Amino acid sequence: MKRYLIPLAVFIVLVVFLAIGLKLDPKHIPSPFIGKPAPQFDLPVLHNPQQRISTADLKGQVWLLNVWASWCVSCRAEHDVVKRFVAMGEAPVYGLNYKDKPEDGKGWLAALGNPYKASLMDINGDVGIDWGVYGVPETFVIDKEGIVRYKQVGPLTDSIVDEKIIPLLREINTEAG
Amino acid sequence: MWVRRGLLPVTLLLLFFVSFSSQAAIDAYQFDDPEKEALYKKLIKELRCTVCQNQDIGDSNAELAKDLRRKTYEMVSKGEDEEFVLDYMSQRYGDFVLYRPRLNTSTLMLWIGPFIILIIAVFLLIRFIRRPGDEVPFTETDKAQAEQLLEREE
Repeated sequence: MKRYLIPLAVFIVLVVFLAIGLKLDPKHIPSPFIGKPAPQFDLPVLHNPQQRISTADLKGQVWLLNVWASWCVSCRAEHDVVKRFVAMGEAPVYGLNYKDKPEDGKGWLAALGNPYKASLMDINGDVGIDWGVYGVPETFVIDKEGIVRYKQVGPLTDSIVDEKIIPLLREINTEAG
Repeated sequence: MWVRRGLLPVTLLLLFFVSFSSQAAIDAYQFDDPEKEALYKKLIKELRCTVCQNQDIGDSNAELAKDLRRKTYEMVSKGEDEEFVLDYMSQRYGDFVLYRPRLNTSTLMLWIGPFIILIIAVFLLIRFIRRPGDEVPFTETDKAQAEQLLEREE
């Protein structure tokens, strides 16, 4: 009997590991930014290129950075979620118009609605690299100290907003209070 | 003759693939120093394209890979060393971007795991080979039998 127990145990351990492996999403790369200061940027505003907004200007408030582009299909799907989130008035959302032509970006917002406090132009994608962006859309939550608290790769959904982002924002606000 | 005629299209087809794969990542980057160029070429083989799963950024035509090559080029041509570029990338994209992950607490098992398994395997192997109970004692009757057999040979 013992002869069969050992191979059986090895087999079960193997199956458990393989089952865990199947559940893991290889596309999910843990962000090295969580809990670390957000990378700096200083970028022109899409609708008014003379005006610039930098990360230093945004210190002292909790804000979200939503990376979007007119060429990004899932951004379109996500857009209604962003609008719904902004309507809740929990925190301002800044857009990072990633590797886009300014006219295309403006046209996209005109057609779909503009929930952003402001959208910043990252035409060649340098700021995107600085923020470790690899799949648009991406969303970051940055606290009052300028620390990245959350990163969403891929489109936001209503359940992510309700179950992750809103509770996190409440938590951040109680910390500061 | 028919063999050769048959081989030609195959050869051409193979050449077609060869030329494509080696052309995948030729950007017109100029270096003022051959050492920098060598470093650039080394780095784009060491960095993983995070959107294409298992390709290095030198091998991929994805937009992100192009951007990361440009960034690597900018840093290398400014005279930054290998450590700097790898640090820059892993700070932004995590350890996943490095094809040779560094030794830290989360990658410890990755590095020492195979050695642990090797040690366990060697231990088990020795145990199974040298199990004392398996040794059949060589008795006097065995000896006599062996001698008898040897004599018969002669």
